Amino acid sequence: MLILGIESATQQVGCALGGHEGVLASAHSARGRRHAEAIAPQVQFVAQQARVELQDVSCVAVDLGPGLYTGLRVGISSAMAIAYALGVPMIGVSSLDLLAFAVRHTNRLIVAAIDARRSELFYACYRQVPGGIQRITKAQVGTPHDLATELSAANEEKLLVGDGARRYCEDFDRLQKTEIAEQGLAHPSASSLVQLAHARALREEFVKPWELKPIYLRMPDADINWNTHNS
Amino acid sequence: MIDQKPPNKIVHHATPGIAEVQFVLGIETSCDETAAAVVSGSNNVLSSVISSQVDLHARYGGVVPEVASRAHVEMLTPVIAQAVVEAGLNDGDIQAVAATAGPGLIGALLVGVSAAKSLALIWDVPFVAVNHLEAHLYSSFLEEPDLELPMVILLVSGGHTLLVLMEAFGKYRLIGQTLDDAAGEAFDKVARFMDLGYPGGPVIDHLAITGNPVAVAFPRPMHDDGYDFSFSGLKTAVINHMRKNPNSDVADVAASFQEAVVDVLIHKARKAAQQFGAKGLCLSGGVAANSLLRERLLNVCNEDSIRGFLPSRSMCTDNAAMVAAVGWHRLHLDGPSPLDSGADPNLALPLLT
Ligand SMILES: [Zn+2]
Repeated sequence: MLILGIESATQQVGCALGGHEGVLASAHSARGRRHAEAIAPQVQFVAQQARVELQDVSCVAVDLGPGLYTGLRVGISSAMAIAYALGVPMIGVSSLDLLAFAVRHTNRLIVAAIDARRSELFYACYRQVPGGIQRITKAQVGTPHDLATELSAANEEKLLVGDGARRYCEDFDRLQKTEIAEQGLAHPSASSLVQLAHARALREEFVKPWELKPIYLRMPDADINWNTHNS
Repeated sequence: MIDQKPPNKIVHHATPGIAEVQFVLGIETSCDETAAAVVSGSNNVLSSVISSQVDLHARYGGVVPEVASRAHVEMLTPVIAQAVVEAGLNDGDIQAVAATAGPGLIGALLVGVSAAKSLALIWDVPFVAVNHLEAHLYSSFLEEPDLELPMVILLVSGGHTLLVLMEAFGKYRLIGQTLDDAAGEAFDKVARFMDLGYPGGPVIDHLAITGNPVAVAFPRPMHDDGYDFSFSGLKTAVINHMRKNPNSDVADVAASFQEAVVDVLIHKARKAAQQFGAKGLCLSGGVAANSLLRERLLNVCNEDSIRGFLPSRSMCTDNAAMVAAVGWHRLHLDGPSPLDSGADPNLALPLLT
């Protein structure tokens, strides 16, 4: 089982290759809004580094979001095309799951928060379980204030992770028993994606390329306006 | 349950030299059509699949970029798969992948370009970035490869209004263009103001059949003033007329508006063909489906004894066959585009200077 992972939900874009031997190679770059330029060369690069042929990839994993829409779609569209061209199945993973997975060794409440722009966050809460993490709240979009209010009720140690948590750290600093994870963990990583996807691949949780749906958590602006005009 | 190993591994034919490339897959996602097509050589269309989003955008009265991008992601893979199957080919037969890289909606363009580069990477074939305007200009040649050059092409769509002299493939002179609204945009805006629905072109075209085209004397902006166009003032004139005469017959207003637009377009295209000694005149772009514009173009070409060519309606609107064919030409002319290339929402047509 050789898994190619593509991740582009935030400012960072990354690719990784791996399987039961773990992650064989990965590449990440944070050039801002240049995901479309980066992905194909990155895929080539990780294949060379891992000394594998792309033809040997047996599953393509992709970060489904939530995240920044244009970059996210570039990754999903690339991953779908690769899976289609190879004739292999796919596995979609949430960006928030990836952030939480990277800090799974803590027994604190894990809060993954991605910068959603417009002064909002995409966020969800997780807990450590044997062998990984489990999401315990629905992924949602809200202001840093919304999240801080929700968390202030939880009288336990909390670890906030993600570029959204870091950007709005002032909103969380006043909370008790709260730490914000370091910058190195602020973006979902393609390595985590390959590891998480491998666990799901063992359970054969595959989908076909055209069955994948990005996770947006917001309607397009035009829909929001249209609904308010017509309600 | 899906097998971990696909049943039919793709058989990779030896990568041909560029000179031998014949089967090109084209991808088009610049606006509100998700399209893929396979073309053999410069003009043999083996398949052309278009998934239109027009119904998705209709309730907003215009294309909403975020809605378009979401639909492209959802539809593109099935559309590509269908285009390959309908062409009667296997994945391994595709020898190059071309995609529209601009101009267009950036988020929409990136979906197609990203998919195209990924396919090219896995199939180990060249990727070709294609200019959407060049694809429109070339579209007539897919249906009539023997058109004689030089030729004046009137490219009229929701996003563009260009009058171009094509001297050879890749050799274009810009004669005129709109200074404000595109022709198709004027149709959409007038239709929206008159509450006729979306897209505006077909509804006005249809309504005008029963209207009197000389009922209202709308202005002909810049009629005898060079080759550039301006439709914003005409649109305002229609709106002002409707405000002052709320009971006027909508069919008459639609017919008079359409008459004014077509009059200006045809007048300038004809003048350009005469001045530049063109062998013919042809239409392209979504507005080229307008029945009055089609009729008038053939009339003036008859009178002036030059060739008039009207591509089929499905070739006028956005499609991927024109992208694949231009991709084939550009590959032979310029070679492949790099896999780290992106999309450009304002990509300019390469012009002779
Ligand atoms: Zn177009």
